[in-house]
Amino acid sequence: MEGVSHIGFIAASYAAAATVVIALIAWVAVDFRILRRTLADLESRGMTRRSAPAGRTMEQAREDA
Amino acid sequence: MALADLANPSRFLNFANRAIPWLAGLTFIVFAFGIDQAIRAPDDYQQGATVKIMFLHVPSAWLGMLAWTVMTVAALGTLVWRHPLADVAAKAAAPIGAAFTLLCLVTGSLWGRPEWGTYWVWDARLTSELVLFLLYLGVIALWRTVDDPSRAARAVAILTLVGAVDLPIIKFSVDWWNTLHQGASVFRLGGSTIDPTILMPLFVMAAAFTLLFATLHLAAMRNEILRRRVRTLRLMQASTVS
Repeated sequence: MEGVSHIGFIAASYAAAATVVIALIAWVAVDFRILRRTLADLESRGMTRRSAPAGRTMEQAREDA
Repeated sequence: MALADLANPSRFLNFANRAIPWLAGLTFIVFAFGIDQAIRAPDDYQQGATVKIMFLHVPSAWLGMLAWTVMTVAALGTLVWRHPLADVAAKAAAPIGAAFTLLCLVTGSLWGRPEWGTYWVWDARLTSELVLFLLYLGVIALWRTVDDPSRAARAVAILTLVGAVDLPIIKFSVDWWNTLHQGASVFRLGGSTIDPTILMPLFVMAAAFTLLFATLHLAAMRNEILRRRVRTLRLMQASTVS
């Protein structure tokens, strides 16, 4: 049967697809966790996200916030 | 919520946080159905069982082109309308598009070896697809080269618009040149030449891949917004230290 002789190519294709999909999901998920943790860490140090331009002091930022 | 409201990054984040779990669930269900359909699909009278590779190869080829189309629209959003999320959308789409284009090239090679007797030929369709992959790498490299996201966005937008020329070349390469790659067989005048028993699993897998792209793109856009917030806070922090 032709399919049996080509099973290696079919399996390799599905393995490649699974690898790419899992890698993409892992990249997005790990990146999200790292960013969320970093953001929480910065905010716990008193840095709050706001529209203050860079160059203002932390105190000014806190006052504005 | 009006579509224009999503231009606000905070509102977009709220929307993304609510939409991503639903999209991910739907993607999983459609993928499960698509893979089941692909397994049950009959062998092709010429390709035999290797037709099952097409259920991965064709959708990944479409998604590789779709991602660049999204980036092209986003590039116009950056250069013309200066939409606040346009460059975020473009940056988020590039690695996903690159991954799908790579998958298209790999699965195409794995199909080509048993069917054509070779993994690769420098024919117009394969070469233009390889050019698309290299363009993706160029865009990703350009994003990493320039520190300031807004400056990088303009440079990337120009490269993206130039690279968009490759999309019609990929699509029509099989008509404009003599290629080993087959001509259009799904979307063509006169209807598809593919039997419905193979066409249906192909469409289901294409829907699953498209949903996967939408989910990953939304999640990657959310990450990019958070990355810019981290950058802003770090700049604020650095200014307090100096």
